[in-house]
Amino acid sequence: MSAKSVTITSGKGGVGKTTATANLAVALASLNQKVVCIDSDIGLRNLDVVMGLENRIVYDLVDVIEGRCRLRQAMIRDKRMPELHLIPAAQTRDKSSVSPSDMVKLVDELRNEADWILIDSPAGIERGFRNAIAPADEVIVITNPEVSAVRDADRIIGLIEAEEKGPARLLINRLNPAMIKHGDMLSADDVLELLAIELLGIIPEDEAVLISTNRGTPVALDGKTHASQAFHNIARRMMGETVPLLEFDGRSDFLGRLSHLFKA
Amino acid sequence: MGVDEIRMSEVLKSPIQIKGIREGLLISLGEGSFQELQQQLLGHIDHQLVFFRGARLALDTGGLTIKASELGALRDQLSERGVSLWAVISSKELTETTARMLGLATRLTDAKSEKPTSGSKNDVESGDKAVLVRKTLRSGVYLEHDGHVTIVGDVNPGAEVSATGSVVVWGRLLGSVHAGSRGDREAVICALEMSPTYIHIAGLITQLSARKGKPQPEIARIANENIIVEAWKPKSH
Repeated sequence: MSAKSVTITSGKGGVGKTTATANLAVALASLNQKVVCIDSDIGLRNLDVVMGLENRIVYDLVDVIEGRCRLRQAMIRDKRMPELHLIPAAQTRDKSSVSPSDMVKLVDELRNEADWILIDSPAGIERGFRNAIAPADEVIVITNPEVSAVRDADRIIGLIEAEEKGPARLLINRLNPAMIKHGDMLSADDVLELLAIELLGIIPEDEAVLISTNRGTPVALDGKTHASQAFHNIARRMMGETVPLLEFDGRSDFLGRLSHLFKA
Repeated sequence: MGVDEIRMSEVLKSPIQIKGIREGLLISLGEGSFQELQQQLLGHIDHQLVFFRGARLALDTGGLTIKASELGALRDQLSERGVSLWAVISSKELTETTARMLGLATRLTDAKSEKPTSGSKNDVESGDKAVLVRKTLRSGVYLEHDGHVTIVGDVNPGAEVSATGSVVVWGRLLGSVHAGSRGDREAVICALEMSPTYIHIAGLITQLSARKGKPQPEIARIANENIIVEAWKPKSH
């Protein structure tokens, strides 16, 4: 096994990095892939909460880096999906307890243990971001169809290019077809026109995501909702499959497509 | 990144000092041989490429005597990293002469006191330096150049371009541009799609009202103390 490391980042906070990391991990694991998630948001950890693994934390990322435990001891195995693992962030430390080269070393050590290493990046463009990006083979930039999030995504894409980690691929999260139709939200095309990078997928606005996040059961564990379907499709694209985009973008014949979706 | 950490510890010990000044960055090299200091300087810049990219650099070389070939090579190495060396401050007359031979300023105030080259009517404006940038400038990028700038790509919102001459954007101009940044009122700004955050020519600044319809190439210039923007018609220029 030699895992591929993928960092999920956004610049702006609150656009869905952690939710996407958890759900892509679940979706990849459901394809029989062994997945290790790393929460690199040291001091503000919450991937464990979203994955529902909070009360199983004994050791964390900083414990591994500072040599207080072995790598395997810090890997929490998800009982719902035996292929899914989490290395949580430390909550009582800060970004400076880890360096980019620590992250590279840790991820290299993990490569033989898994098929995928998903790294949840903190918001911002400082140390935490550089820690998250350093070990990445691939970078996924996630954004919402709103001007401020797209602006930050543009900045982040530039920084990823400067770090020679590009070209990043794009996830558009929380797209709301009804709002686009009324001209109240940027469409996927508007976002892509500015950012000009490959689109990996679109996740529709879906309150099931919020509910499942609060419960600590990622929405992708239940295959029925639209958001879940979107995450599973994205995971298949990450595996190299060609999966057509679900059409949520509210272009001309949007109603027809939507009703088609509801039938599906 | 592993290598960077090692470099970082070297950098911390190095005598190089960096200061932000009005004209960009001032780096004082401190004591040591030129070769050593050059390695430290480049190591430092490599460690923080993102920070230095697009920077204008003045170098205080103290009492070092630097050969023209060495200084030229350093300038090229800096420019490969996106850093433009514009001035060398030295207490050695020989080094100053060398710097001037390479077209570099030798005093920090040179940049401001220089008279702008006003409106040469020649078809080819000889002596002006121009750069071609073949990429889209994304948010957070600041590009500054002494001369004209042509960008083949977009200038996204949150990106800024500043040039002492004219700026041509072969793409969409959505960010901010300052042309004629040292007062050249003949400078123009052209773009295939002109939807900037703001444009600034010499001392004047303007924001454009939202464009309607299909974007067309436009040119912005100074006329009667105002910045005017009009359709770019091949014949008139």
